[in-house]
Amino acid sequence: MNEQQHIIRYRTLIGIWLVLLALTALTVGITRVDLGGYKVLGALTIACVKAGLVIAVFMHMKYEGRLLRWLLFLALVTLAIFIGFTFFDVLYR
Amino acid sequence: MTHQPHSDYSGSKLGMWLFLFTELLLFGGLFLLYAVYLKRYPQEFADGGKQLDWIMGGANTIILLTSSLCAAMAVTALQRNELQRTVALIGGTILCAAGFMVIKYFEWSAKIGHGVYPGSEHLKGGTAGESVFFSLYFITTGIHGLHVLIGGALLGWIASKIRGGSVNGENYILLENGALYWHLVDLIWIFIFPLYYLVL
Repeated sequence: MNEQQHIIRYRTLIGIWLVLLALTALTVGITRVDLGGYKVLGALTIACVKAGLVIAVFMHMKYEGRLLRWLLFLALVTLAIFIGFTFFDVLYR
Repeated sequence: MTHQPHSDYSGSKLGMWLFLFTELLLFGGLFLLYAVYLKRYPQEFADGGKQLDWIMGGANTIILLTSSLCAAMAVTALQRNELQRTVALIGGTILCAAGFMVIKYFEWSAKIGHGVYPGSEHLKGGTAGESVFFSLYFITTGIHGLHVLIGGALLGWIASKIRGGSVNGENYILLENGALYWHLVDLIWIFIFPLYYLVL
């Protein structure tokens, strides 16, 4: 029934979990010191890396076919467009 | 020709992902509101953010990451037909969900106890920025919390199907989709935690 089932090993999943915890600690660390505007940028960059790991491994996206990957890309582009265009409006009003 | 129960593995997963994209856009809208109002009321947002307890938020982050690990491992266990372990791992996820909600309960009741909730006298008497910040906080964490409750219930129902035998090592798409929903809950929190508890 399942054409190309890919079973992710426990060890891989636990490894990703440890990386996610480490990145959480890093986020807390960099936001406790005074970095000014870089704080937001740094925290959001780490959050995006964490989100990427969750989507790629926990949600199996790394092992999915072209259709789902493109749809994910499309959804993220849509999100970027509506956030981006709102900011064009808000920042240059 | 024997009648097999109809199932479409790829179609089911595609449907789940399409639904998750709509969820992404829902929370994307809330984050957009946050960003626009942060720009308009930077001082009020900074004051509001400092009133949130980052230790509780951090504990909930660790809990949710762990719950996601359990959910992902449950899928692997089911694919390997280790049914006992699958149910135990789903139990772990649900336990984490309960822990998350308990911490959330303490956070919310502390805020509400101080008279900080949407439409409260305290917020009506304060600045517009403060009111916007806490309204967004309650709406975003509220909708997220609702997703935690739904996800926990969904996984509990799937665990009962695994025990009943209708979800198993050959037919595991239901658990895979349930886990996908759960990971989305984790994914959203990965952004809520730094934005509300840390960067302000």
